[in-house]
Amino acid sequence: MSPALQGLITIVIGVGGCVAYFYFSNLFLDKVLYPASGPNAGRNINRANMIRPWLFLAPALIALSVYLAYPVVETLRLSLTQRVPGGGYVWVGFDNYAKMSGEPKFWEALRNNMLWLIVVPALSTAFGLLAAQLSDRIRWGNLAKSLIFMPMAISFVGAAVIWKLVYDTRPADQEQIGIMNAVWLAFEGGPLSVLFLKIVPVLGLLGFAFAVGLMAWVLIRPLVRPSGAAAGLVPLRILGAAVAVWLIWVALRAAFGLIGADLPYGVPQTWLTIPFWNSFFLMIVLVWIQTGFAMVILSAALRGVPEDTIEAAIVDGANPFQIFFKIKVPQIMGTIVVVWTTITIVVLKVFDIVFAMSNGQWETQVLANYMYDKLFRANDWGVGSAAAMVIMLLVTPILIWNVYNARKEMR
Amino acid sequence: MNNVVGQKSGLTWAVHISMAVLVALWLFPTLGLFVSSFRTADQIATSGWWSALSTQERQAPAIRVSGDEVEVEGRFVIEGRLFAVTDAAVSAWGTSSVRPKEYAPGDVADLDDGVTLSVAEDGAYVLSSPETTQGTRLPRIFATAATPPEFTLENYRAILFEPSNTDGMSKAFFNTLTVTIPATIIPIVVAAFAAYALAWMDFPGRALLIAAIVGLLVVPLQLALIPLLKLHNEIGIGKGYLGTWLAHTGFGLPLAIYLLRNYMVGLPRDIIECAKVDGASDFQIFTRIILPLSFPALASFAIFQFLWTWNDLLVSLVFLIDSSGETTVMTKQIVELLGTRGGNWEILATAAFISIAVPLLVFFAMQKYLVRGLLAGSVK
Repeated sequence: MSPALQGLITIVIGVGGCVAYFYFSNLFLDKVLYPASGPNAGRNINRANMIRPWLFLAPALIALSVYLAYPVVETLRLSLTQRVPGGGYVWVGFDNYAKMSGEPKFWEALRNNMLWLIVVPALSTAFGLLAAQLSDRIRWGNLAKSLIFMPMAISFVGAAVIWKLVYDTRPADQEQIGIMNAVWLAFEGGPLSVLFLKIVPVLGLLGFAFAVGLMAWVLIRPLVRPSGAAAGLVPLRILGAAVAVWLIWVALRAAFGLIGADLPYGVPQTWLTIPFWNSFFLMIVLVWIQTGFAMVILSAALRGVPEDTIEAAIVDGANPFQIFFKIKVPQIMGTIVVVWTTITIVVLKVFDIVFAMSNGQWETQVLANYMYDKLFRANDWGVGSAAAMVIMLLVTPILIWNVYNARKEMR
Repeated sequence: MNNVVGQKSGLTWAVHISMAVLVALWLFPTLGLFVSSFRTADQIATSGWWSALSTQERQAPAIRVSGDEVEVEGRFVIEGRLFAVTDAAVSAWGTSSVRPKEYAPGDVADLDDGVTLSVAEDGAYVLSSPETTQGTRLPRIFATAATPPEFTLENYRAILFEPSNTDGMSKAFFNTLTVTIPATIIPIVVAAFAAYALAWMDFPGRALLIAAIVGLLVVPLQLALIPLLKLHNEIGIGKGYLGTWLAHTGFGLPLAIYLLRNYMVGLPRDIIECAKVDGASDFQIFTRIILPLSFPALASFAIFQFLWTWNDLLVSLVFLIDSSGETTVMTKQIVELLGTRGGNWEILATAAFISIAVPLLVFFAMQKYLVRGLLAGSVK
């Protein structure tokens, strides 16, 4: 049977089956089980109305529990067991986790994931905010927005091909066809090259380190100087500060590395094989895709900022930058957090880009690809499941936060 | 609007320019792929796509003089053309690879033994010799010529309509379509009923269920791969379309229920209560009133699910594609091409563009619904 025909039949059976199920189960409930007539009509109607919601929910609940809830539990179980040759599993406790933490590839994946987690949401949100603010003020803003939003429709694999062309490398004696190398070869080591390739990036890195330092200080301050206010979540604060210190170290090391580096001007670079920096070239792809999402949401939020607050600021003589940073941004902080967390989740699951562009070689491994490697190449289900549990663990705080907010909103 | 009087003009220009730069940066990579897919392999390999629209001056590969010899006034003459196209313009030429720009167009070059060669600007050459050149090695011409922009549909023909081409995308295209359509429609039906129950029916545990669905929204599907593959193998589905459709349905449901429920809650209570008073059952209310009114939310989710299933690689890799390769999808085919045809950009660019063309069409046609869905879907 041709797959197209099979697909058509599946649609008919799937849709028709669902509709038929809903129709006949309701009919059965109303006519046979608890008919709304006879001596017990009133009680029967009440009973039928108690059961009906579950009839409506049943297919969805079954699908959700089989396809999402059960796998979480099962993966946890698999991560604590070991397949024995010839079938069956033995309980091995935390051996898989111990084995995983002994692998340098795992730590490389975790380190890269941490960088992804910080760089991609930060850049996407920043660019999205910039694009949203700028496009709201010009006549061709809607066109501009659609063009920036467009990469959202492109698959990660398609984006990988698009950016591989950008990063393409040809031998030095041939003309470069990747735009990145064409631009790179335009720098010849003069003062302009030093300005754009050393001074600007180093300033950027130092600024980043400074911003992270500020954030760490905000986290730590209540612990150092107890001001009477509740300094809750002590472990989280310390963890956040530790990550911040690590980030500052990474940024400073990169900055000093760049200052001292003897850049190979005039030599075409294979961008995806340069350790450490190649992860950033992969991150750019995701930033490119996610900026449109951030822009759309933030643009709607910016339009929702009450007009009178802005007018009041203008009357008080605020300049456009002050209006943006002191009036608008604080009012849409909630939305910024939503955008940030949503992109964070996308980043945690990022797989296709790394799989298609570098497959984790040259120190670009990330957790999702590491897991895929373990599950389907090394066929080690125990360690693969353990890696999946690490991803789940990283998602959990956001999960709890979302559920907490959703419940608060419903009340 | 937000400017202080007197500062407007300068800042407005800055806004226009920065926006233009941003848009250009975002558009450039896709544009590169698009332009490349219309160029020949030779063109892609020798010049950047950004120079495709302008006339290019480049050194053509060496061409050996050939043609019928004619005897004119005691000399043996061969006339011919360097290029098939007539609007190419030769700017310099030579007869050795060491000095490929030795002569200007129109110059007459003296080769050994009284042989002369001249190349005109339009690529016509004349070789003249006192003795017959038959049986001898004729000279080669190295020409630097400016060729006008040239685009071809050949790449698309080869990738889409050549059944014998192993790099072809037509089979993968239909497989992707086969995965996508049921995987988009089925979750909508299932989710719509559930969303109605969660929005308009009262029962114990409703709040808890909604919270659970919000939680499931972010569960990484990586966790589901092995347990579900095991499950599919145990109940006999194995790898195939059915398992893929089911998996996509399961993974799409939380977002579908969440989006639809949020939309349905906002529908006016009066309509539903009026219908109830008139004796409509829940089933009738749902199919006659709620479903038609929820069209925008249904469309939003449909677009999301379509884009997601069309662009998916991981689910297809795990649940669909077996070792026979008969059921490959486009994303997988492209990854394969990246491995085997990494340098053949005419194949890669065309294949990738075919796979992103359909989502782009859907995107531009239904952007309104996509934006609406995004705004409703991000947990506030």
